[in-house]
Amino acid sequence: MNILFRQTRELTIQIDAFLDTVSEGALVFEKGVDDYLAGNEARFEERYADIKALENKADDLRRSIESHLYRHSLIPESRGDVLGLLENMDNVIDTAKNTLSLILVERPETIPELNGDWQELAGTAARTAETVVVAARAFFRDPLQVNENLHKVYFHEKEGDRIAMDLKRKVFATDLDLARKMHLRHFIVNIDKVSDVAENVADRLSIYAIKRTI
Amino acid sequence: MLLLVFLSGGLFLGWSLGANDAANVFGAAVGSRMIRFATAALICSVCVVLGAVIGGAGTTETLGDLGAVNALGGAFMVALAAAATVFGMTRMSLPVSTSQAIVGAIIGWNFFSGSPTDVSALVKIVTTWVACPLLAALFAMLLHTILAAVFRRHPLHLLWEDVCLRWALILAGAFGAYSLGANNIANVMGVFVPVSPFSDLDVGGLFVIDGTRQLFLIGGLAIAVGVFTYSRRVMETVGGNLMRLDAPMALVVVLSQALVLFLFSSQDLNAWLVSHRLPPIPLVPVSSSQAVVGAVLGLGLLKGGRGIKFRVLGEIAAGWVTTPVVACGITFVALFFLQNVFAIEVMR
Repeated sequence: MNILFRQTRELTIQIDAFLDTVSEGALVFEKGVDDYLAGNEARFEERYADIKALENKADDLRRSIESHLYRHSLIPESRGDVLGLLENMDNVIDTAKNTLSLILVERPETIPELNGDWQELAGTAARTAETVVVAARAFFRDPLQVNENLHKVYFHEKEGDRIAMDLKRKVFATDLDLARKMHLRHFIVNIDKVSDVAENVADRLSIYAIKRTI
Repeated sequence: MLLLVFLSGGLFLGWSLGANDAANVFGAAVGSRMIRFATAALICSVCVVLGAVIGGAGTTETLGDLGAVNALGGAFMVALAAAATVFGMTRMSLPVSTSQAIVGAIIGWNFFSGSPTDVSALVKIVTTWVACPLLAALFAMLLHTILAAVFRRHPLHLLWEDVCLRWALILAGAFGAYSLGANNIANVMGVFVPVSPFSDLDVGGLFVIDGTRQLFLIGGLAIAVGVFTYSRRVMETVGGNLMRLDAPMALVVVLSQALVLFLFSSQDLNAWLVSHRLPPIPLVPVSSSQAVVGAVLGLGLLKGGRGIKFRVLGEIAAGWVTTPVVACGITFVALFFLQNVFAIEVMR
């Protein structure tokens, strides 16, 4: 039974570390977009290296948690839910990293007047991801608190969609050539995708929380 | 050797009890893979034997009131007929209980031997059968309400909740196995008590095991063999069905069933009630499966009563009549054959 206690303690720490990593990834993502818009190339590349490292760390932690859960037959009933949650949560940081890597490779030419909108979009995406991490923590520690955070996730996600739509309109209202407009739209969609993936996690969480409430 | 042949009826009954009813106490934990079968079987066997040896006397006395089978051949046939009833009705997928079969078989012996059946003892037993699932339902509702309130007030991390539930399922299973041994050993060995061939056994000057307890020990071991040899499949299937409830609910079901069985078998609790001028609880062997069904129905009612299969209740009620009647008939005919064809003494 000592082994069971030790494994449980270790696993609790690993799950917390995983959620911390995803949350930190969201913050780095927001700062990365800010640095790119500010034209701070060196800092942007650092941010990309940071999010890449965080994404690798999240993958390692997820794999380790999964193998622990199976090897030691822990939480047999909720194992599927927890693994589904971690995999979907991992998608959030993957999407954030992929978006920064696209920016790194494709270097979109943004319009300085719209920088505020881009920052708001990235900030909202990061808020959505951070809030879903808080909800996921509540799922593990206090399932009754999950819903209190989920409505905030849905709010941020809708807000992200609104900002993305406004930004697309503004981009397409400019005199830029169509290729550049479509290129910028591609980045708007990708940044907003972070919110969408976080919303998918929230959808799952709402079901898991009901199952976990006695 | 002849003694073993005579006891075989009871041992068979004990084996089938272990094979089937162990699933009621550890099915939830094993079916959900929260506990390994080997661990569950070991804990279950030890606790069943302990329950049988320590707390089996109360229910045996009640069965004795119903009818004291006074010849070893008669006791053998009563136990064998009850076992055959359980086996046959299980094969026909009819709801059956060892407790109800043995009562029917004893009445069959009473008819055959011309001994009177104590009607007040019979009424006490039948009333208890009806009370058993109802009480289990009540306990389940109460325990679930308490558990839900505790979890709401003191939420645990999912992983620590799992650890707690694992331990709780093991402890509840152990308690359930003890209660099963204490309550149901009368079904297995009760009829042999009046004709017990064993004398007191001095264990190294440390303690003395009387003849009745030796019988209970053998019966408990037969139940343990049933647990180890045949209960795995039952645990995995019945347990799987039970676990659709989820772990906390399964814990409530196991605990409710254990409490009901304990209530109807504890002489100490009974003595305490009497000493406090409270009405005594009849010490009667009851069906652990019916207690489980009662507890599950109780939880169903708590959740608004949707999805409750009321047909199951009807089947249980039918079993209260059909099982004893079938066992009674089989015993009567079998005793006739044993006495007149094999010339074995079945009564004195």
